[in-house]
Amino acid sequence: MIRRLVTLCLLPLLLANPLRAEIAIQEVTSPAGIKAWLVEEHAIPFTALEIRFGGGSALDDPAKRGAVHLMTALLEEGAAEMNAQKFAESRDALAADFRFDSGMDTVSVSARMLTENRSKAVELLRLALVHPRFDQDAVDRVRGQVLAGIRAGRKDPGTLASETFNRLAFGAHPYGQAAEGTEDSVAGLTRDDMLAAHKGALSRDRLYISAVGDITGEELGALLDHLLGELPATGAPLPGMAAVGLTGGVTVEPFPTPQAVVMFGHEGIPRDDPDYVPAYVLNEIVGGSRFGSRLMTELREKRGLTYGVGSYLVDYEQADLVMGQMATANGTAKQAVDLLQSEWARAAEGVTQAELDAVKTYLTGAYALRFDSNRAIAGVLVGMQMAGYGTDYPAKRNALIEAVTLDDIARVARRLYRPDALRFVVVGEPEGLVSTP
Amino acid sequence: MRMTFRAVALAALVPITAGAVAVQAETVTDFTLDNGLQVVVIEDHRAPVAVQMLWYRTGAADEAPGQSGIAHFFEHLMFKATDDLAAGEFSQIVAAQGGEDNAFTSWDYTAYFQRVAADRLDLMMQIEADRMRDLILTDDVVATERNVILEERNQRTDSDPGSLFSEQLRAAQYLNHPYAIPIIGWRHEIEGLDRAEAEAFYRTYYAPNNAVLVVAGDVTPDAVRDMAEKHYGPIAPTPGLAPRQRPQEPPQLAERRLTMQDARVTEPFLLRSYLAPQRRSGDQKEAAALVYLAELLGGSGTTSLLARKLQFEDPKVVHAYAYYSGDALDSGVFGLGLMPLPGVTADAAEAAMDAVIADFLATGPEERAFARIKTQLRASEVYALDNAEGLARRYGEALTTGLTVQDVQDWPQVLQEVTPEDVMAVARKVLDRRQSVTGWLLPEEEVQ
Repeated sequence: MIRRLVTLCLLPLLLANPLRAEIAIQEVTSPAGIKAWLVEEHAIPFTALEIRFGGGSALDDPAKRGAVHLMTALLEEGAAEMNAQKFAESRDALAADFRFDSGMDTVSVSARMLTENRSKAVELLRLALVHPRFDQDAVDRVRGQVLAGIRAGRKDPGTLASETFNRLAFGAHPYGQAAEGTEDSVAGLTRDDMLAAHKGALSRDRLYISAVGDITGEELGALLDHLLGELPATGAPLPGMAAVGLTGGVTVEPFPTPQAVVMFGHEGIPRDDPDYVPAYVLNEIVGGSRFGSRLMTELREKRGLTYGVGSYLVDYEQADLVMGQMATANGTAKQAVDLLQSEWARAAEGVTQAELDAVKTYLTGAYALRFDSNRAIAGVLVGMQMAGYGTDYPAKRNALIEAVTLDDIARVARRLYRPDALRFVVVGEPEGLVSTP
Repeated sequence: MRMTFRAVALAALVPITAGAVAVQAETVTDFTLDNGLQVVVIEDHRAPVAVQMLWYRTGAADEAPGQSGIAHFFEHLMFKATDDLAAGEFSQIVAAQGGEDNAFTSWDYTAYFQRVAADRLDLMMQIEADRMRDLILTDDVVATERNVILEERNQRTDSDPGSLFSEQLRAAQYLNHPYAIPIIGWRHEIEGLDRAEAEAFYRTYYAPNNAVLVVAGDVTPDAVRDMAEKHYGPIAPTPGLAPRQRPQEPPQLAERRLTMQDARVTEPFLLRSYLAPQRRSGDQKEAAALVYLAELLGGSGTTSLLARKLQFEDPKVVHAYAYYSGDALDSGVFGLGLMPLPGVTADAAEAAMDAVIADFLATGPEERAFARIKTQLRASEVYALDNAEGLARRYGEALTTGLTVQDVQDWPQVLQEVTPEDVMAVARKVLDRRQSVTGWLLPEEEVQ
């Protein structure tokens, strides 16, 4: 097990790299008009397929919070004529690997299929996506698993911190409540709610697809039409932008634990902002989740206050945050929060040329690392599509980083880092910290 | 000595029946330097990336009594100053090359790795070789990093009742073998670790004759050999390094049981571990059969026997699973876990689990389930080729837990040759409650 550095990062996939500028991305349009990005790689006889349906848990009716999450968990629990057992047996007999997941803004499907039985695997996946059964016994069984997780979360400081932080940030917007829902909302979900969530969340109008592996463009086109052609053309409406309601101050949530969990943040910067790239570079200098970032140096390396600290730009579809997280002993919580506050103020003043040069070398050099497997490349490509980038993005991405100047950083630093607006949520028994309005 | 293995097309040896999947294999070369450093090279030329992993044959089970956590502590200290580099400079150099680096510790090994563009490998070897012998520690550095580790323990163990419970269960499973101690160390012993102890540990164990270098990615064996000779070749071995002989576990004669309560627990949870054979060099058959046993009993959350009986047919649990950990020098563990449904008592859930096991021991595996697992294991070799770093870990872990390159190469075929009879033989041997520990983690109010 990795023991040294906990990864707190939600580093945006969109800025993932390609030193592999020679990576040959084909834009594929299926006969029926479904678009996808493809990288052919015939060295290993399998294909990695990544599908994203935009919307995700943000589509939930607030009274039925958790519907998309539960629906997604049920996609592998029976389809067409197969109950959950039969479906799993068929998938495993083909050695296919399907993963269904939901997030704030997406339902994601990750599949790996062997070349030798790909058409059978695709048919099985199609049945799961288009004809899921949502049998009542499966709904009840998986609901029980979700409820156990929700109850456990109420006693977990990390979950508590995140829920409080999102509630303060987003209030009544769907982002303000955990995507899993509450005990009450999940207890009330019915089979009809699953059917409705399925219809609203799996549609062809917010679809992003990438495939990497042992498959041609023509084969992929036919595969996609078969796989997704029967899904509804349009999905449920998106909830609209979320106002970020965070104000400067501290929120202490008392909880008996040896170590306080701290989340902090305020409004961020949208991905399509002209200063997004400088903001990304700046955050990497300040709070990159690796040795050498300012926060890791000041809190961990110099003072031993924490095992890991990091900050990140979070870009939901309907809101943007700059935020971070750490854990520290109750006795040092105030010292750590004070240090974070002063590092935030220092960040607003910009960085040195040496810091900028070092982080550029890191970011541009690390370019290749995420392009080293079919599965990884498929994940990066689908993220790029969701960010609105073109297939030429890998070739120009490093130039965007290289072009960032100290002036760019200074401009965005003043705008992005606002120490007076920074809200800290602290779960634990922190000494010397009290809640402020 | 140098051997090259080239893609073994087992497809040619194994008859392809419906649903069968051809096995491919990675391209691997291995050799040993004069100072004892073993080197393994795994070629994957699809992307211009390489990973260097340096594995030391030392871990938490090699610590002196009273110094639990020192192997992991040392993993942290390896990022501090050497005669050539300032504290933290190692990671700065890796980052400046656009690389990523980290390290991890287990009971049998401590490993360090960097992922970089393949043309930066020489520099990575230079700095990794530098810190094998030339680290310079101060009392200040040791004290600050000890606080980091205490916060790590706070975060990963003390804040999580499930982790604390696993720690207790493992301590109860091993009466005599140091596998009983947690990798991160017991808190009171971490607090006492000092510079002198750290330096003694370093001088003994951080040596070329106690290490395995694994390089995977867009590299050639010849180039790796040249670089390794240049950077690691001049480092002197530790003379008279004692073989790894840890106190061994006596036969377990009496079942052990624990109950732990914690206010932070909302759902009762059962864990049971059984002592089990580990993968042994030249003799991996029992371990391979245990892989099947774990899959059959509790691998899939839908089709495994525990899932089918306890979640579907007569619902008693939220979920149940089985696992087997056999990558270890001295002993493996076979484990079971379950969470009862609300309203089902701990006793009833455990009795239902034991009934499933008794039934399995009486009737054996279903033919179709067995065949599915065999197909999946074969396909997993195809998927494994997509991950050079994963392959590097596979070799590093094997070579630091008593196995050889040949054993790693043989493993997929050993798995394919397992029969239902092999599984039943090992099941009867291992699934004996007299050699098990059963623990219940309960909310405070539910303790009777």
